[in-house]
Amino acid sequence: MNLTLHVWRQNGPSDKGRFETYQANGISEHMSFLEMLDFVNEKLESEGKAPIVFEHDCREGICGSCGFMIDGKAHGGQHRTTVCQLHMRSFKDGDVLTLEPWRAAAFPVLRDLMVDRSAFDRIVQAGGYVSVRSGSPQDANAILVGKEEVDRAFDAAACIGCGACVASCPNASAMLFTGAKISHLGLLPQGQPERYRRVQAMTQTMDEAGFGYCSNHGECSAFCPKDISLDVIAMTNRDLMAAQVKGRSEG
Amino acid sequence: MILESKAPGGDIQTAWQRHKFDIKIVNPANKRKYTVIVVGTGLAGAAAAATLGELGYNVLNFCFQDSARRAHSIAAQGGINAAKNYQGDGDSVYRLFYDTVKGGDFRAREENVYRLAEVSGNIIDQAVAQGVPFAREYGGLLSNRSFGGSLVSRTFYAQGQTGQQLLIGAYQALSRQVKDGKVKLFARTEMLDLVIEDGHARGIITRNLVTGKIERHVADAVVLGTGGYGNAFFLSTNAMGSNVTAAWRAAKRGALFANPCFTQIHPTCIPVSGGYQSKLTLMSESLRNDGRVWAPKNPADAWDMAKGKLGKDPRQIPEADRDYFLERRYPTFGNLVPRDVASRAAKKACDDGQGVAYEGRGVYLDFAESIGRLGQKAVAERYGNLFEMYERITGDNPFETPMRIYPAVHYTMGGLWVDYNLQSNVPGLFVIGEANFSDHGANRLGASALMQGLSDGYFVLPYTIGHYLAQVGPRPKSTDWGSFKQVEGEVNEKTKKLLSIKGKRSVDSFHRELGLLMWEHCGMARNEQGLTTLLQEIPRIREEFWKDVSVPGSEGEVNQVLERAGRVADFLEFTEMMVLDARERRESCGGHFREEFQTEEGEAKRDDENFQYVAAWEFKGVGVAPELHKEPLNFRYVKPSQRSYK
Repeated sequence: MNLTLHVWRQNGPSDKGRFETYQANGISEHMSFLEMLDFVNEKLESEGKAPIVFEHDCREGICGSCGFMIDGKAHGGQHRTTVCQLHMRSFKDGDVLTLEPWRAAAFPVLRDLMVDRSAFDRIVQAGGYVSVRSGSPQDANAILVGKEEVDRAFDAAACIGCGACVASCPNASAMLFTGAKISHLGLLPQGQPERYRRVQAMTQTMDEAGFGYCSNHGECSAFCPKDISLDVIAMTNRDLMAAQVKGRSEG
Repeated sequence: MILESKAPGGDIQTAWQRHKFDIKIVNPANKRKYTVIVVGTGLAGAAAAATLGELGYNVLNFCFQDSARRAHSIAAQGGINAAKNYQGDGDSVYRLFYDTVKGGDFRAREENVYRLAEVSGNIIDQAVAQGVPFAREYGGLLSNRSFGGSLVSRTFYAQGQTGQQLLIGAYQALSRQVKDGKVKLFARTEMLDLVIEDGHARGIITRNLVTGKIERHVADAVVLGTGGYGNAFFLSTNAMGSNVTAAWRAAKRGALFANPCFTQIHPTCIPVSGGYQSKLTLMSESLRNDGRVWAPKNPADAWDMAKGKLGKDPRQIPEADRDYFLERRYPTFGNLVPRDVASRAAKKACDDGQGVAYEGRGVYLDFAESIGRLGQKAVAERYGNLFEMYERITGDNPFETPMRIYPAVHYTMGGLWVDYNLQSNVPGLFVIGEANFSDHGANRLGASALMQGLSDGYFVLPYTIGHYLAQVGPRPKSTDWGSFKQVEGEVNEKTKKLLSIKGKRSVDSFHRELGLLMWEHCGMARNEQGLTTLLQEIPRIREEFWKDVSVPGSEGEVNQVLERAGRVADFLEFTEMMVLDARERRESCGGHFREEFQTEEGEAKRDDENFQYVAAWEFKGVGVAPELHKEPLNFRYVKPSQRSYK
């Protein structure tokens, strides 16, 4: 199949950026979307031109490196699919596609489709962990966790930190990402001692990083490749309120 | 050069405890006087950096990804082994030790393997305490599954993303140390060389992948947790960025590279579907618990996409015309034979014309029987996300039609040589996780990579590095040493050269050419003639690369082509050592199958009399034959025998 791509090109954070148009001809339906871009890039490279910069690593939908907007939809919009796992059989000959980076004040564009998501790391550093030292814990089966509980915690822990939630939100809020970590640990017995301290510290760091406020649009969850539920946001809000009632100070 | 393992003698069951008491400890008040560089943030690197930070050392931790959480350990699916005996099925530390030594085809160091089995239980305790959501039973206890090469159920798992959950656990521990100021994290920073001062590893040269800035970092010791070299084959299950650069640059500075020919081919990956393919996707080995592997008995029923030959719909092939070749050949272990055995059996079926995918390179993995026995819901519970992934990539639904699978390069057992303390022959250079060679011998059992990475990172290196640091004491540190200046100069020169060629061929085209040849002649089966061909071809490709590669752009910006070019240039040197090692080892063992050395039934035939050693190679120059050093292996507990899974 033959495709036309309008791709956002931007040389660096201070460059204004612009769209450029490329033809992708002779594409196989078995290719992944990124393999299609490899194909376009290989041609650019052999002509000595700068290839389109996009992030990717595992190409199995788990590392969270990849992600950009295709026609305004994060990862292309296919349910539970990162862009590295999106295949060309979802497109048809003659399609015209627009590729843009995640757009959010807290995710500055570094180059083309590559953005800086280090704010996510800072949110986790603020308290997204259980304080336990290497080598001193008790036997694993001494902590009993019901299957239903651990399954809910797992569903929240499945977040890959790709940033699609922020890019899809009209407010560029990071509540789904932050809430996923808060819920993962808050649903488990191991996470209880630091539960309220954690929710305050993480949400405060999130606000300081320049993400917008959550106004319950739900776009984040709709475009999340790991199907993280809006429940994590509800839990975060509940815990935040409980933390204030308990009068704990943030850590 | 005499390679001393420094493994404690005497009773193996008390060896690690005795060793921990015998080695030196750094006074807690002095730990802050030391700085340790840790390269890599995978299971080994993140666990080591976090633990060293907790102990009070200053840690500089590097990764080329944009976040520490994205290291390739994250992609591990199936599980992690531990000798907990929670199932009460007769497991023990000794049994895990035994299975691992045997599974590695008697080419690993017994003392290292015993220690690995011994600390395996601590890893599960540690991960659970961190909040890793392992699968559990309704009563709240941890659940287990079986994996290849073992008759007990000792694998802990978190659906099909055990690697991600364990890595996030380590990343969280690391994040805590970053907040406390004990670990300084450098993301998007690639190590390009090792700096040796006065015979000791004292620093690294890095490139900032956003600004292109070349930087010098000095420390009291350097730890490499930089993963394996599977991408030497271009197509593998590794991440696109996985590379051998850090390890190879260390090798070029004098560290010995051990057993580079020991690579693991994983039996259950999605087959290749065309020439454009950039990587291969693994389907967890756990699928073999409930899936049955087969191929059509009749080559007329086989299916070849490349030739447009449709064959027969697998669902229409009657039982009598199916060859469940693993169950037929290995009745005791059946579909749960170790990876090397399962891979070779699939290759043989395809060589015999029974293959069922692009170019006839695939066999079926069928769930119909288990869906009938357990119900679709139970199967979905166990493998739902894997089935979904398979469908996304191939367009086929495994609930309706059998999966097609084929072996692919997955892991590398070889790596930098280390002693029992995980120290290389270069003082102050430590190597952990997949980057070292130590624990898996010639074949790694499923669910043992996560175990080794975390064991090295949480429970071994943090103690053994103290022994080195306490001996050398706090020393002055400066990035103005001549050694830094010289190595940085060499790094810059190489970058300039890559940018100045301005040739016509893309970096990937060279990588693909190298990889296909490696797969053909140094993959699942190897022989003298093929390996000799490779030794002529690799220098030719390398020469062409340095004449005709196209690297657009400059060094002072984001330049992904330049990053790849540097890595491919290293693969073009390193693979020669791999091939030499494969040619020198005139026996078959584990993942190293030399066609000239097989039993009448087509199984690997070891030669313990002549090859019961670790082959550690010393770099002597590009295009110059490296020098072989041997560390003899002694088996005091598990006596080498012909591996049998029948």
